[in-house]
Amino acid sequence: MHRTGALYGQFKTLEQQKDTATLGMWIFLVTEVMFFGGIMLAYTINRHTYFHAFAMGSNTLSLGLGGFNTVVLLASSFTMAMAVWSAQTSKKGLITLFLSLTIFLGFVFFGVKYVEYAQKFHHHLVPGKTFDIFYCVRNPAKCSDIDAADMAKEKEEIEAAVQADPDLNAHAQLYYSAYFGMTGLHALHMVIGAGLLFWLLKESVAGRFNAEWNNPVDIVGLYWHFVDIVWIYLFPLLYLIDRHK
Amino acid sequence: MRTEATGPAPEMPEKHYLNATYGIRSWLLTTDHKRIALLYLASVTFFFFIGGFFAMMIRLHLLTPNGYLLTPDLYNRMFTMHGVTMVFFFLIPSIPAILGNFLIPLMVGAKDLAFPKINLLSWYIYVVGGLFTLWSMVNGGLDTGWTFYTPFSTLYSNSAVAPAVVGVFITGFSSILTGLNFLVTVHTMRAPGMTWFRLPLFVWAHYATSIVMILGTPVIAITLGLAAMERVFGLGFFNPAMGGDPILFQHLFWFYSHPAVYIMILPAMGVISELIPTFARKRLFGYHFVAAASLAIAVIGFVVWTHHMFLTGQSTYAAVAFSFLTFIVAIPSAIKTFNWTATLFGGSISFDTPMLYAFGFLGLFMIGGLTGLFLGALGVDINIHDTYFVVAHFHYIMVGGAVMGYLGGLHFWWPKITGRMYPEWLARIAAFILFIGFNFTFFPQFILGIMGMPRRYHTYPPEFQIYNVMSTAGASILAIGYLLPMVYLTWAAFYGKVAGDNPWPATGLEWKTQSPPLTENFEVTPVVTWEAYDFHNRPDLGLDVPAGKGSPGVVAPAHGDD
Ligand code: HEM
Ligand SMILES: [Cu+2]
Repeated sequence: MHRTGALYGQFKTLEQQKDTATLGMWIFLVTEVMFFGGIMLAYTINRHTYFHAFAMGSNTLSLGLGGFNTVVLLASSFTMAMAVWSAQTSKKGLITLFLSLTIFLGFVFFGVKYVEYAQKFHHHLVPGKTFDIFYCVRNPAKCSDIDAADMAKEKEEIEAAVQADPDLNAHAQLYYSAYFGMTGLHALHMVIGAGLLFWLLKESVAGRFNAEWNNPVDIVGLYWHFVDIVWIYLFPLLYLIDRHK
Repeated sequence: MRTEATGPAPEMPEKHYLNATYGIRSWLLTTDHKRIALLYLASVTFFFFIGGFFAMMIRLHLLTPNGYLLTPDLYNRMFTMHGVTMVFFFLIPSIPAILGNFLIPLMVGAKDLAFPKINLLSWYIYVVGGLFTLWSMVNGGLDTGWTFYTPFSTLYSNSAVAPAVVGVFITGFSSILTGLNFLVTVHTMRAPGMTWFRLPLFVWAHYATSIVMILGTPVIAITLGLAAMERVFGLGFFNPAMGGDPILFQHLFWFYSHPAVYIMILPAMGVISELIPTFARKRLFGYHFVAAASLAIAVIGFVVWTHHMFLTGQSTYAAVAFSFLTFIVAIPSAIKTFNWTATLFGGSISFDTPMLYAFGFLGLFMIGGLTGLFLGALGVDINIHDTYFVVAHFHYIMVGGAVMGYLGGLHFWWPKITGRMYPEWLARIAAFILFIGFNFTFFPQFILGIMGMPRRYHTYPPEFQIYNVMSTAGASILAIGYLLPMVYLTWAAFYGKVAGDNPWPATGLEWKTQSPPLTENFEVTPVVTWEAYDFHNRPDLGLDVPAGKGSPGVVAPAHGDD
């Protein structure tokens, strides 16, 4: 189809084109809800069945890092919203600025996630043959990044958990399956989002967006907010529920 | 033979989408929905014949009780790869991605789908998924059954499960994007005057199908994703050793895969809703009910999935509820069947090939649907679950219903797609061969199932042999029936008689443009002022309408002579 300016050939008006793209993105987000729904169902059933193992799993996550990342993502949603606003009001310099900030915050998130994942590998908390929920409490020297007070607390909690669920090690792996499955998929979505943001950045530097034509910013914004919302669910599900009772 | 025959012979239009540009790049990079439909036609046909090859291996092996052709391991691979190919790479994309792709923009009066590039992308995704799966087939094969049940698929199978699962996972996204494209197109791309209730029922059926695609397919994607990660990285949701639950996989699998049977049958129902009014020369009886029935099937289809799991030890109360819901979901299908039949009453029926397929569909779908009710009845299902009765049931619907609809549609719109007619008599003969071959193949399987022959076994007691021989003989006839259209349709695309814009004539917008259409579909955006399937107020069709405008009288049949 031929393209006349911003208008693609299959459409009659820019308005029709905008409505179409927006509807398309909303429907896509519905498919995303169903996609994450499947793994959240698996999480919910197992959280219910293996209550203690899951609470213990939450205890081994760092609230500080998770909380920090939550703030980072919320901030990135704000900058994204500002980018959309700048586009709608034709403030070309600001679009570029806010898009860059959003990308920057996205990368901060990746950085923190990398630190968290690295810790889990280090602590033998990745599902598979080497998985060992007791690794750190039994080898405190190997987990020197956990300070003594936390370690003592973890030891206490893990002993109580084993009392309640003798097969703790197996069931904690389910928690970590959920953890890596859900945060991994979320991170994958962020990577795709970052790619889209780079494309927007390129277009905005070329001065493509203005009050007349800003639909790409708008719908990538929708996507980015959706990915943030997923995290808003993941954070309490993984980090907060029944932590340190 | 057709009414047009009295006028001057039609000529091929000078410019159309097929000769607009040339070269391999103009095809592989096209964003024209009609060319993408043809790309799908080629690749889906390719997979159909691969799946057909596996089917022949199964049937030849089962010719004798102890089977001389395949080892048990190979036999497992054959029925698995047959099912995977046919379900995910043939039947699910067949009508939507080929006929739907080609026709929906034409039917709603648009220049293209809402997102032409995404449309091309979905074809590439389909191809990549297909390559993964083919790779698995030639590198160890696949022996899990098309259902990929855990923990066998995740822990024990020695076949190439991971690439196959990844392939099906990837292909799912092509289905999601196609559904998304259709939904948005129907919402925002309709021509002036094309109100919701003037849409052809083919479009309604695809609208309902698209809802199932976008709600269901992501669930199978995540499910297969988890299974793949379980096999490769040791995640544990379906692994009993970690406290995971293999039955959870079945729930998630059928949550998609029951609705997916409606992804396969709804588009075929859409085709039938076009064929019957055209060849009965009558407005479809109960248009609104048929449209609503499509939506009802899409919705209710999501709440019947555990009828595939009655024997997994689920709670009796759940089983009763799902059995009841399974009966409910049959109602909209029955409504459609009655309405199609009622349309025939008092119509001027002609027996062109597409109509033969429509009749075939009616009878076979009815048998398939009714036997579905047998299976949905708890007490009966305990006895015939996982027997050949189930195999016969779903083949009556998937092959007798969906594939008949697909072939009927392909014949009906072939003049639109290629601008040329297929050879009518040869096509009628092929339709008969298919019908006979089909029943020979699958009817004996009902009997085998009742007698207790389990599915997916590579041997059977000698007393079952007679029915297995019949079935294999039927399959050979069926194979000829499928080869014939493939040959003569290809021939007709190049050498068939030039068809003209509207050879039948039929009422849809797609027939108001030239055949084959221009790349932009219509020279000027059409304005719709008539209701769907209204033969009486359409002087442009050149039909002999007896008593003037709005007459309830009978329109002359398609052939003057019968
Ligand atoms: C409309 C198109 C339909 C298709 C394509 C279809 C397809 C299938 C397939 C593939 C299976 C076998 C699954 C397996 O065990 O591997 C199946 C089983 C079943 N179908 Fe259908 N079906 C359709 C309609 C219906 C209808 C209308 C009903 C009931 C009203 C129904 C009821 C059942 C039941 C209860 C089973 C489970 C049988 C068992 O495994 O014991 N189906 N169907
Ligand atoms: Cu079902």
